[in-house]
Amino acid sequence: MINDTAVLDGVMETDSPQETSARTILSGIPEGRSADHLPVWFHERQQIAWSRFASLPMPARKDQPWRFSNVAALDLTPFRLGEVLRHAQRSEILERSVGLRGVAGRIIFADDHLLRRDPLSEKLRQLGVVFQPLERAMIEHEELFRKHFMSQPTRLGSEKFAALHEALVTSGTFIYVPRGVEVELPIEIFHWLHKDDASVFPHMLLVADELSKVTVIEHFRSTHPRRRGFACGVNDLVAGRGAKIRYVCAQSWSDNVVAVQVNTTTADRDASAMSLNVNLGGGYSRFESFSRLTGEGARSDLLAVSVGEGSQEFDARTLQSHESPHTTSDLLYKNSLSDRARATFGGLIRVEPHAHFTDAYQTVRNLLLSDDAEANSMPGLEIMADNVKCSHGATSGQLDPDEMFYLLARGISAPVAQQLLVKGFLNEVVLRFDNPALAAKVHELINAKFARIPRS
Amino acid sequence: MVTDATTETSPLGIERNVGNFAYPETHVHDAGTGLTEMTVHYISNIKNDPDWVREFRLNALRTFLSKPMPTHWASKDLEAIVFDNIRYYLSSGTQAKRSWEDVPEDVKRTFERLGIPEQERKFLAGVEAQFDSEAVYSNIKKAVGEQGVIFVGSAEGLKDYPEIFRKWFGKVIPTGDNKFSALNSAVFSGGSFIYVPPGVKVKHPLQAYFRINAENFGQFERTLIICDEGSELTYMEGCTAPKFNTATLHSAVVELVALKGAKIQYITVQNWSANVFNLVTKRGLAHEDAEVKWIDCNIGSRLTMKYPGVVMKGRRARGEVLSIALASDGQHQDTGAKMVHAADETTSNIISKSISIGKGRATYRGLVHIPKHLKNCKNNTECDALLINANSRTDTYPAITVRGTGNAVQHEASVSQVSAEQIFYMQQRGLTEAQAVSLSVNGFVNDLVRQFPMEYSVELKRLIELEMEGSVG
Repeated sequence: MINDTAVLDGVMETDSPQETSARTILSGIPEGRSADHLPVWFHERQQIAWSRFASLPMPARKDQPWRFSNVAALDLTPFRLGEVLRHAQRSEILERSVGLRGVAGRIIFADDHLLRRDPLSEKLRQLGVVFQPLERAMIEHEELFRKHFMSQPTRLGSEKFAALHEALVTSGTFIYVPRGVEVELPIEIFHWLHKDDASVFPHMLLVADELSKVTVIEHFRSTHPRRRGFACGVNDLVAGRGAKIRYVCAQSWSDNVVAVQVNTTTADRDASAMSLNVNLGGGYSRFESFSRLTGEGARSDLLAVSVGEGSQEFDARTLQSHESPHTTSDLLYKNSLSDRARATFGGLIRVEPHAHFTDAYQTVRNLLLSDDAEANSMPGLEIMADNVKCSHGATSGQLDPDEMFYLLARGISAPVAQQLLVKGFLNEVVLRFDNPALAAKVHELINAKFARIPRS
Repeated sequence: MVTDATTETSPLGIERNVGNFAYPETHVHDAGTGLTEMTVHYISNIKNDPDWVREFRLNALRTFLSKPMPTHWASKDLEAIVFDNIRYYLSSGTQAKRSWEDVPEDVKRTFERLGIPEQERKFLAGVEAQFDSEAVYSNIKKAVGEQGVIFVGSAEGLKDYPEIFRKWFGKVIPTGDNKFSALNSAVFSGGSFIYVPPGVKVKHPLQAYFRINAENFGQFERTLIICDEGSELTYMEGCTAPKFNTATLHSAVVELVALKGAKIQYITVQNWSANVFNLVTKRGLAHEDAEVKWIDCNIGSRLTMKYPGVVMKGRRARGEVLSIALASDGQHQDTGAKMVHAADETTSNIISKSISIGKGRATYRGLVHIPKHLKNCKNNTECDALLINANSRTDTYPAITVRGTGNAVQHEASVSQVSAEQIFYMQQRGLTEAQAVSLSVNGFVNDLVRQFPMEYSVELKRLIELEMEGSVG
């Protein structure tokens, strides 16, 4: 176990990219893939998932879960399976994989291949914390892995993409934190898209056992700012009784990437899960967050900021599913949109018949900075219990002219003043995230995005 | 042969049980059950339709047959409608009477029980009453008629005023808008046609009263109201039906046109019996400086799907929907509003309050659309839902699209219970629990009900008290 990086690195170092594997993703699961190292049960699941993918229809705009979404962007024909990169490319990517300063562990993938893994400290490993690539975890921790791997239903429209993910997933991370263990520093994961038309299927399965604590940040990045690519990821976060999970997804794909991400969070009794999605990249990116509150006293916080420019489209769908009494969920999504950027929010708070004493909130705020920017909001409620406190609010508006005037009167130029106000608008979301180091990182990423936007 | 001997009278007939009686059918014309081209020809022949209307109906029938049911978002209960079992046209073959004395005795009794002529004497400027497919009584006060206001049945409107009628008919709600507007366009019969000349402000409301009397019957009235420049009108409609065992369908199309500076207020108190599918398309077109206001109360029916809309086509046009829905056991009130902004400086306001009692389900479904390059458009939406029992259900599904930098929208919704503390407080002061809950519910809708005409707000409050009886404890 301790030597696994060396072994894997050894595999990588052979530096003999097989030019053959430039298969398109629609041609199916490559033959012989299972022969290498995947267990039979997993390979069989992939075959079943592939036939499910093939039989499900592509989403259409008339489908309610895809309303307002530009489904034409979801043409998968050009995309190819990721290939092993050459040594020089790998070194460059590793050099650019700069994230947090202090981490408990780090894992880096590019075009769906593992580049490097910085394992956990000896101490954490002895406490039983697991931090492994998928293909090792499914063998070494088969029971736990099988219990949780893609065990949640896809409820928000991407059944077809979840099936595609399950059929083609090869790279990803499995994290397990045993009862009562607290992992102080964050675990950091990088997924890179490198080659033209490459596709990746990032997977993360995080199981936090009773009363444990863990924080994870995932970076989705492209090596080239305009290169085409496809990402289809699935994340499952499982918070056991009283566990505390903090999760950041920092999405900075290139502006020509099509991305579909399906996340599920399950919070058991007295557990707390908080996620912050930072959507900065992607040409078309869809993010589904299904948050289940399955035990009494569970709490889930769903936070997101999106900064759209050019013709970027962000499509967020959420479901806050209250399945037990005395549960709380709080959602705050903010979008800043310039040029022709579009944002769609489709959210639902669902309170099951027996989930009395629910507190559920949902707030969406859109800032429209240009005449062609567009925001679609569909905040929904389905309440079947009583004694609930639920509210939702959605607003779309502009920068306050008085605030602009105030800054201009103090000699700040219009573009700088606008940026200040937009950052202030987004800041409310980032400040809610209760890990200062990660919040600072998110600020840095947002600032980098603004630095890229040409000022008029 | 009256099936229910209730003798209560109510000025506007909105108590739940007042409408629950039926007279034997004496229809001369009956299009039979099921819908084919023959049904459409039958209706066209009886009504002596001009060729363009016949053609319009046949086209609509083709559209209806080709359109799927809105299954991907709508209630599954819609599937319970069997179009082949419905009777599409029934009438006694007589023209609408101008004088109350000329109305056939049994029909007259029906409406007298519901208080229609009495109400007219009191304060209405005109009234029309529809019995199954056709208007049986239509009258407008002399003073209003002299101002040039036209208030007739839709059949009369299209024959006698084709130049105004044809210009706007089917323009606000095209045939293919949805499956049920297409159905209405194919078999429409009855409904009102109103034209208010420029500058005329009709002081008292005009009223229409709709009654379904036959089992398995589908009522498809069509109303077109045109308010010319600077005119004002308030229109009220009420509906009842007896409680049959089989499903009845009501699928109306209502088109409002408010020309420059005109104001239309359209009030509905829907109290169909609990076997009626009420699937109605209502939309107003507001030109420059015009205002269209829908006041919509849904208390009856098995399933209501109704989303009154306003298209704000001219600068500074204004749209408003005030909606109250009460869903009791076995009822689904799927209501809402559509606001389409199509000019600068247009404003819209939606206020929706719903109450779910027992196993009732209330749904708000809304659409607000502000396209790009419009300036200073504003929308405000507020949806509040109150749940009375532990198994009540409420849903909210708004859809809001905004483009550009000159516009502002806000949407808010909340769901709550009757406050236990309030109930406790009132019980301390000697009220029963039921009285306390009823008082609390009235408080919940009070700020909205206050905006209604006085006669309606009093009735509505009484009605809510009635509905609340027995819901607690």
